[in-house]
Amino acid sequence: MSGIYNDPVGHWVVVVVAMALLLFVVLTATAYTVWFERVALGHIQRRPGPNRVGPYGLMQLAADGIKLAFKESFVPAKTERLLFVVAPCIAVAAAFLSWAVIPIGLWYNVTYWIADVNIGVLLIFAFSSLNVYAIFIGGYASNNKYSLLGGVRSAAQLISYEMSLGLALVPTFMIVGSLRLRDIVGYTVTWGPYHGPLPLILLTPIGFVIYIIAAVAETNRAPFDLPEAEQELIGGFLTEYSGLKFVMYYLAEYVNMITVSALAALLFFGGWYLWFVPPVLAFLLKVVLLLFLYIWLRGTFPRLRYDMLMRLGWKVLLPLAIVNVVVTGVILVATQG
Amino acid sequence: MSDDEQETDGRPDHPTPLRGTDEGVPPRPEGKRPSVAGDIGALATGLKTTLGEFFSPAVTLEYPEDKSPRSERYRGRHYLRRYENGLERCIGCELCAAACPVGCILVIAAENTDENRVSPGERYAKTYEINMLRCIFCGYCEDACPVQAIVLGPEYELSDTSREKFIYTKEKLLEPLPPDVQARLSASQHPHPDPPRERGGTTRT
Repeated sequence: MSGIYNDPVGHWVVVVVAMALLLFVVLTATAYTVWFERVALGHIQRRPGPNRVGPYGLMQLAADGIKLAFKESFVPAKTERLLFVVAPCIAVAAAFLSWAVIPIGLWYNVTYWIADVNIGVLLIFAFSSLNVYAIFIGGYASNNKYSLLGGVRSAAQLISYEMSLGLALVPTFMIVGSLRLRDIVGYTVTWGPYHGPLPLILLTPIGFVIYIIAAVAETNRAPFDLPEAEQELIGGFLTEYSGLKFVMYYLAEYVNMITVSALAALLFFGGWYLWFVPPVLAFLLKVVLLLFLYIWLRGTFPRLRYDMLMRLGWKVLLPLAIVNVVVTGVILVATQG
Repeated sequence: MSDDEQETDGRPDHPTPLRGTDEGVPPRPEGKRPSVAGDIGALATGLKTTLGEFFSPAVTLEYPEDKSPRSERYRGRHYLRRYENGLERCIGCELCAAACPVGCILVIAAENTDENRVSPGERYAKTYEINMLRCIFCGYCEDACPVQAIVLGPEYELSDTSREKFIYTKEKLLEPLPPDVQARLSASQHPHPDPPRERGGTTRT
């Protein structure tokens, strides 16, 4: 393998093939996340969910995809045509960019990631905050009151929760001393007889709770799905979108969901290390469980009212995250000097 | 109590005065003090409930495969019956057509002859057609029939692709009854003719 990497042409061939492969994997995973969500949500509501197309309804997404792809590419009158088309593209691009730095596993010295960046987590934050542009521009360009309201809500919500999201992870970085995802996953401790990888949730449980709440808000998922709020805003920024442009937003939402789940698995649950389970499968298992948590939350809690959302973000999560950082710092200084 | 005193300032009374930092937040139940632990416990209760539902079996009846049971007296599509020796029961009396409130039954009778004996009586139905698009499945035809020739079976999935296919002809109506309906009718058999089946409310005097 290393021989190929050293050759400049071979290196690019490997990178391009790996990127194509990752794109395929993430797209497939997204499709089945939608299926998983619909089935799990169905079972929470005591109904079977989609089960008609293919075995267990597994081909449902192919049917939906074909249907949406063949819809007319419709742009309503009096919209900002360029922005209207560009906005969903930003959403998809931002969603997929994060996967450039997310490591999936390390198995028999084969590395399952595109780039091993020393500021990996920071990059993911940068990419995921691009999503607010997609939603806000989409809402603005639609020339529709509801879309604009959805966009404005989204901008305020994302800015409010991004701070908590970032601060929730600061204790992790303080403990590990690196922003490289590989280092965080490979964090090992020597506690008496035990020497080995440690899921960081044991050291930063409060950080995990804040992260999960902020991540749900950051990906606009229920119970924080105010930007699209079907009942109040008839779909919010999505109101005027249909066909492939709608698919792009939808895709971006689910890719973001997988991204933050993957990030939680990497940062708090030891990534691909899990007892005797093969690395990539272990990672997959953790991501699926975290996705189930997402769906479980959606199936349980009603949507927050807007002022409640803001109060939770600014008056509860942000102070808690700051306190968490300070306390972690004090403990670190006390134990390590 | 202070809320009651504030009602007299001339403005219309509002059940929850919208002021203060907790505006619009529903009041807590009596005797419950606000506590973070209690709120988190409430969230946990919600999560526990939905997880319990997740692991419970679905209540959905998956329709084309599973069907909900029909009542014994369900009024679906019609059947024309035969006697055990193969003769048609219908004697072409047209009482069913007369009883039909929407006039969806067409009966044209013909004389039985010794060479061509279709039914035991003098006449038989040469043409017997029901327009299923008009039929309201009231069952009056079944009540009116003196020889229990026409019965309403349990089938209710009668959709089709053209209007012409909804004119059920005699050949189609003479299809054998489903075995369970046949068994039920012969269980209540009387020498001649069969006694009318019980049907509360629809029998006219």
